[in-house]
Amino acid sequence: MILLISTCREKFHELEFVKPIENILNERGLKFFSKHYKNISEKDLKLANKIIICGTSLQDNQFLDDVLEFEWIKNFEKPVLGICSGMQIISLIFGAKLKSKTEIGFFNENFKKEFLSLKETHEVYHLHNNYPALPKNFIKFNSSKIPQAIKHKAKKIYGVLFHPEVRNKKLIEEFLK
Amino acid sequence: MRLGILFSGGKDSTYATYLAKKFGHEIVCLISIFSKNKDSFMFHTPTINLTKEQAKLMNLPILIYQTKGEKEKELLDLKNAIELAIKKYKIQGVVTGALESVYQSSRIQKICNELKIECFNPLWKKNQVELLKELVENNFEVIVVGVGAYPLDKTWIGRKLDDKFIFEIENLQKKYKINPAGEGGEFESLVLNCPLFKKKLNVKLKNVVGEKNSWRGEFE
Repeated sequence: MILLISTCREKFHELEFVKPIENILNERGLKFFSKHYKNISEKDLKLANKIIICGTSLQDNQFLDDVLEFEWIKNFEKPVLGICSGMQIISLIFGAKLKSKTEIGFFNENFKKEFLSLKETHEVYHLHNNYPALPKNFIKFNSSKIPQAIKHKAKKIYGVLFHPEVRNKKLIEEFLK
Repeated sequence: MRLGILFSGGKDSTYATYLAKKFGHEIVCLISIFSKNKDSFMFHTPTINLTKEQAKLMNLPILIYQTKGEKEKELLDLKNAIELAIKKYKIQGVVTGALESVYQSSRIQKICNELKIECFNPLWKKNQVELLKELVENNFEVIVVGVGAYPLDKTWIGRKLDDKFIFEIENLQKKYKINPAGEGGEFESLVLNCPLFKKKLNVKLKNVVGEKNSWRGEFE
């Protein structure tokens, strides 16, 4: 069972940031359930085999005030993928700081090492005003300065600053394998 | 939240309006961009002038902004229009009917971000056949007002969106890779009636103009 976590302040935004990922899972016949981060229980975390923390809109920074609600990630031993705000949350939980940088639209990103099926150069879709510095014990997989694709050194905790549901569905499929 | 809709009168922006209301948001105005450039990537639709009538049927004010439709410059016009809507109607966000086009949606995202308002794209990456089915299920009366790709021809102008339409367009998708929601400019639509309208929009097809696989209806 896969758990999709919404980080959207507005439920209406879930149609844009959670529903496209639900569609990918539905198309592949995968079982999942979706919940907002404020409603996550111990039981949900036990039930989930893998977790995807979905992104949110450019003007929505509510999750930054609530980042302590994600403390469970530190001790979570199953795979987690954070997308955009999800990657920011993972990085903050592991001690990184946020910096400002607005990137909107398609950008070419080079992957120096294979990252969840992505290698060499790929077009990725950005939608963010902030990015996190690389947290301690994480590896950066992209060549450019800003961490765009990261993984914990010992755990299966991944983060992408871009939105793979737009142009890189393969990355999500690889994570779910 | 007080929202303005980027409204073209077609199925996508009208369904986005319907969803915004369904999610409890207050629709305070429609924003329509009238482009003089028939080839505009951002705004042109053949029946844009009917948005005024559709706004009346929804009992909503409409802010109309004219643009020459020159590439990238038309974005300044869109920004001006949204700024006007912020001042006049105190909108806190904009809703679009963007489905797949990163060209359109990323430009609107940038404008909203600069103006520090929310941007909602409730149809983003939605399965397109699913969208057509939802429109029929929710009593949206939609017709084709323009076509722009083989094998669609002038016989499609005025055709109503129904189960038969969906069946045929799905087959054309398999055979010719036609985008079933018309997102690639394969066809343009007009909403004649939906749960947001007080009554049906009455239009008469006056003429069909064009050539080969590019046709548009003229309505009165």
